[in-house]
Amino acid sequence: MENFGYHAPASVADAAKLLDANEDAKLMAGGMTLLPTLKQRLAAPSDLIDLASIPDLKGVCRDGDDIVIGAMTTHAEVHENAAVREAIPGLAALAGQIGDPAVRHRGTIGGSISNADPAADYPAGLVGHGATVVTNKRKIAADDFFTGLFDTALEPGEIVTSVRFPIPVWSTYQKLRHPASGYAVVGVLVAQTKAGVRVAVTGAGPSVFRIAAMEEALSRDFSVKSIEGLTVSADDMNNDMHASAAYRAHVVGVLAKRAVAARG
Amino acid sequence: MLIDVNMTINGKAVSGQVEARTLLVEFIRDHQRLTGTHVGCDTTQCGCCTVHVDGKAVKSCTILAVQARGKDVLTIEGLANADGTLHPVQEAFREHHGLQCGFCTPGMVMMGVDICRRHPNADEQTVRHELEGNICRCTGYQGIVEAIMDASAKMAGAR
Repeated sequence: MENFGYHAPASVADAAKLLDANEDAKLMAGGMTLLPTLKQRLAAPSDLIDLASIPDLKGVCRDGDDIVIGAMTTHAEVHENAAVREAIPGLAALAGQIGDPAVRHRGTIGGSISNADPAADYPAGLVGHGATVVTNKRKIAADDFFTGLFDTALEPGEIVTSVRFPIPVWSTYQKLRHPASGYAVVGVLVAQTKAGVRVAVTGAGPSVFRIAAMEEALSRDFSVKSIEGLTVSADDMNNDMHASAAYRAHVVGVLAKRAVAARG
Repeated sequence: MLIDVNMTINGKAVSGQVEARTLLVEFIRDHQRLTGTHVGCDTTQCGCCTVHVDGKAVKSCTILAVQARGKDVLTIEGLANADGTLHPVQEAFREHHGLQCGFCTPGMVMMGVDICRRHPNADEQTVRHELEGNICRCTGYQGIVEAIMDASAKMAGAR
């Protein structure tokens, strides 16, 4: 990879200053996508701003009816965290299905959602739970955060600091995992929340999306039967060497039913 | 521009000067001449370069040397006791013939130690799931899985 300037600021404010001062700089969280991208020379930033030395970005806490996860918290930490396991076991399980153990020891929630890979697991986790992304500038509802393929609502100079998950009544994440990469060919998160049922899908389309028809049906009657007749259109689904659009559309329905059945 | 790095590798304080882009595995192999850590793919997939950073298994091809400043790094060379007594995971790999060509073995052993740390008495399904990031091109997984299960049981018993 090309060389770059390396910075390890100790505060979010310092990181933001460095970002403003270096037009071609990139933030680095766990580096699990960024470093392989640099090695392939698909990107050559002038500077890397490593967020690992900022204590404020780490850790998990319960705040009333929310679980708040710092942006630099690793997937392994979320998976193993006692508060997450107790309050949102579906989210702890989701984090344990990302990549492999070595990747989970480095990769972070803030890095994952900022990258917004269409096959990443966390987008379904955030949108499915109706989470809120907190940045150094504002709060963004997960529904508004993921705007497209590798695209988010983040503006230049904006840094994700934490993610706030309202504790659901119940939730689960069902995933058809690509056997080699571990990415979601399709992943479906179903959550029963105080505001109704949410169904979020990752992997299937260019970006995470919700299925309103299923949410309505499940809010009326939370049973496999109530979504049995519902199909999802293959029109906007991803079509690639891993799976056709029609297959993905079919699997969305299968995983949604598995999710509801898991409620028992 | 070179950057000063200091870290502990296998209990020994080491220092050096690296470019920002220098990977931890390059620092370990080329600067410290600890060549037991292998590079199989350089794309974060094969796990041959697995080492422990602050007690956790990571792929040393996907972390910069500067990111390991001040950290405690353990490589395959630091696993056995000073008197040459093998670590229980190394011993189990020998007992169960957990290697063929040996290229993936340093990474398999380091990941195996991490699995045993997190999963006492790990069953076969757990070990296979946890080995997702480590690839053996000889496909000799049976012996590797048996070795890690055996070591996990023995280490749990010794606690």
